[in-house]
Amino acid sequence: MTNIPILEIKDLKATVNTNEILKSLNLKVYKGEIHAIMGPNGSGKSTFSKILAGHPAYEILSGEVLFNGTSILDLDPEERSHLGIFLAFQYPIEIPGVSNEDFLRLAYNAKQTFKNEPEVDPIEFLGIINQKLDLVNMSPIFLSRNVNEGFSGGEKKRNEILQMILLDSELSILDETDSGLDIDALKIISQGINTFMKEDKAIILITHYQRLLDYIKPNYVHVMQNGKIIKTGTADLAKELELKGYEWLK
Amino acid sequence: MINQSNKTLNTNITKLVNQPYKYGFSTTIEKDIIEKGLNENVIHLISQKKNEPKFLLDFRLKAYKKWKQMKCPEWAQLKFSEIDYQDIIYYSAPKLKKKLNSLDEVDPELLATFEKLGISLTEQKRLTNVAVDAVFDSVSIATTFKEELAEQGVIFSSMSEAIQDYPELIKKYLGTVVPIGDNYFSALNSAVFTDGSFCYIPKNVVCPLDLSTYFRINDQNSGQFERTLIIADDNSSVSYLEGCTAPQYDNNQLHAAIVELVAFENANIKYSTVQNWYAGNEQGQGGVYNFVTKRGLCAGANSKISWTQVETGSNITWKYPSCLLVGDKAQGEFYSVALTNNYQQADTGSKMIHVGKESRSRIVSKGISAGKSKNSYRGLVNITKKAVGARNYSQCDSLLIGNFSNANTFPFISVQNSTTKVEHEASTSKIGEEQIFYFLQRGISVEKGIELMISGFCREVFTELPLEFAAEADRLLSLKLEGSVG
Repeated sequence: MTNIPILEIKDLKATVNTNEILKSLNLKVYKGEIHAIMGPNGSGKSTFSKILAGHPAYEILSGEVLFNGTSILDLDPEERSHLGIFLAFQYPIEIPGVSNEDFLRLAYNAKQTFKNEPEVDPIEFLGIINQKLDLVNMSPIFLSRNVNEGFSGGEKKRNEILQMILLDSELSILDETDSGLDIDALKIISQGINTFMKEDKAIILITHYQRLLDYIKPNYVHVMQNGKIIKTGTADLAKELELKGYEWLK
Repeated sequence: MINQSNKTLNTNITKLVNQPYKYGFSTTIEKDIIEKGLNENVIHLISQKKNEPKFLLDFRLKAYKKWKQMKCPEWAQLKFSEIDYQDIIYYSAPKLKKKLNSLDEVDPELLATFEKLGISLTEQKRLTNVAVDAVFDSVSIATTFKEELAEQGVIFSSMSEAIQDYPELIKKYLGTVVPIGDNYFSALNSAVFTDGSFCYIPKNVVCPLDLSTYFRINDQNSGQFERTLIIADDNSSVSYLEGCTAPQYDNNQLHAAIVELVAFENANIKYSTVQNWYAGNEQGQGGVYNFVTKRGLCAGANSKISWTQVETGSNITWKYPSCLLVGDKAQGEFYSVALTNNYQQADTGSKMIHVGKESRSRIVSKGISAGKSKNSYRGLVNITKKAVGARNYSQCDSLLIGNFSNANTFPFISVQNSTTKVEHEASTSKIGEEQIFYFLQRGISVEKGIELMISGFCREVFTELPLEFAAEADRLLSLKLEGSVG
């Protein structure tokens, strides 16, 4: 049996407003793996995550992105989401006037429809979401509040992880989910992610800090600089970076 | 610089808000018209055709003289080419062979027109809980449930009939809330108005049905100048609904209406509008110029007037439903959703004039602008010296869709005594690329996402609409916002 990577990126080049942001990026991620991507500010990490999710602001110049062996570059963000690609936003978007509960149910039902399964009604949905709330230690009050509106930084991040768990995504890209979190929130979120992680899933963690990796053990750590991955190692690489910074890699 | 994919996203949003206008058909019917143009002769002719008493002809002529001395107001955030008032038909009525005694005698073509608009006038199919007055170009076609209402002493009839049947009431109240010379368009209306609705709710009567008028412009070159007058006597209450549509023409039709409301002691008037005049095409050609003066007088203590409007149509909307809160503890309310798209322009808001002690007012305005449209809130809260202990709360929210639309807020507040409390809140939000991307990333379509945001944005206003209308407003907005995503 051939083992196809869940994500394979080949020589990817991308621009935004004619600025070249990704320059020949290569990466392979298999199911059951957690990859951490680290790197200095402006190295292209967030861009990379948005490109995977299909953000329309970026233009792909060349290269390939294969999800379970099939190219996804021509797919809309919506279709990529249905296939099981999830992006936890670095800055989750506020949506005024729309309750979190309605938003989550709509997302859940969109996925149900994609899988040819029946949509759930609001009461059934409450049953489903209430179980997941515990995993990120969120109070049901958050369901009635507008999406991310007036949420604290930590609450927004927990809401992202809640959505990841709810949509049961195959490949999750977490863009600086740890930034702005206090130690307690970091622990809760890490526990949520660890409970969620299974053999049939994969996670890409984009982070600046090694401390997240104390809670979530990555199989690989990549260093990204200038739109490329310049070094790949194990969890130890993150510790080394913590000590030495990025300069020595140049 | 916008790159290719950004353009696609913007086009998607544009497609979504550009649903074809459903009411753009016109009806072919034999008409009785007065030739284009406006002069004293035309006013005499209108008055003659309607067999009006002399006081009304004098009212019209006085208004015409006033109007000739006035200038079209230019302070609004509106751009339009000068209106040629000599190129407008001021009277256009379907030709009737004789006086109608029942609906069976109404031209079937007209009944079919209203049927097509979802307003059934025939006995079998009409709404059971709403009395309807149907106005076609310059005249009222039919009024349903008149007898049933009369049993309670409620008068609900077309303005023309009211002038014949209740000249004393008309003489007493017409032009008292909106004086002839109030503004340019009110003067014009006072000179040439042709029909509209009249309601009188006697003392201690709660009107058993919602009253409703449906306005239809049909003729390509005629203006519509209707006039509505609602009087609610002591301890009475009424809920009134108004709907409007017009065919799709590539020239502009002028609509300049006046609505006057009077609420006496403890009386309650709720006035709701769903305005869906033809808005013009994607390039901004055609559509109705909607210049309307609506004002309510809370004359008695504890009286209440509440305006709710959903404005989705018209090329230009110029409209400020207002309340004069004269009675002590009088209450005025204004709830508004104004949606503009393409090249539509709306300059709308409210005026609350506080005179009565402890009078209260509330303004909730929601403006949604898409395409290259312009949406302005303009409001005045004036608390006079006498209005001891008056209160006002205003909230103006704007929602922008896409990158080329425009929203403005012009709140004027004037407070002349220190015992009052005035609050004003405003917000602007945008359905931008990042929010759409967030929806999409969670597997939710652009369509669903925008629908969800719009309905959340408008909720506070929609809950104020009478039930039948809330459904209509929802349908109307989703009509404009639904559609295929290319």
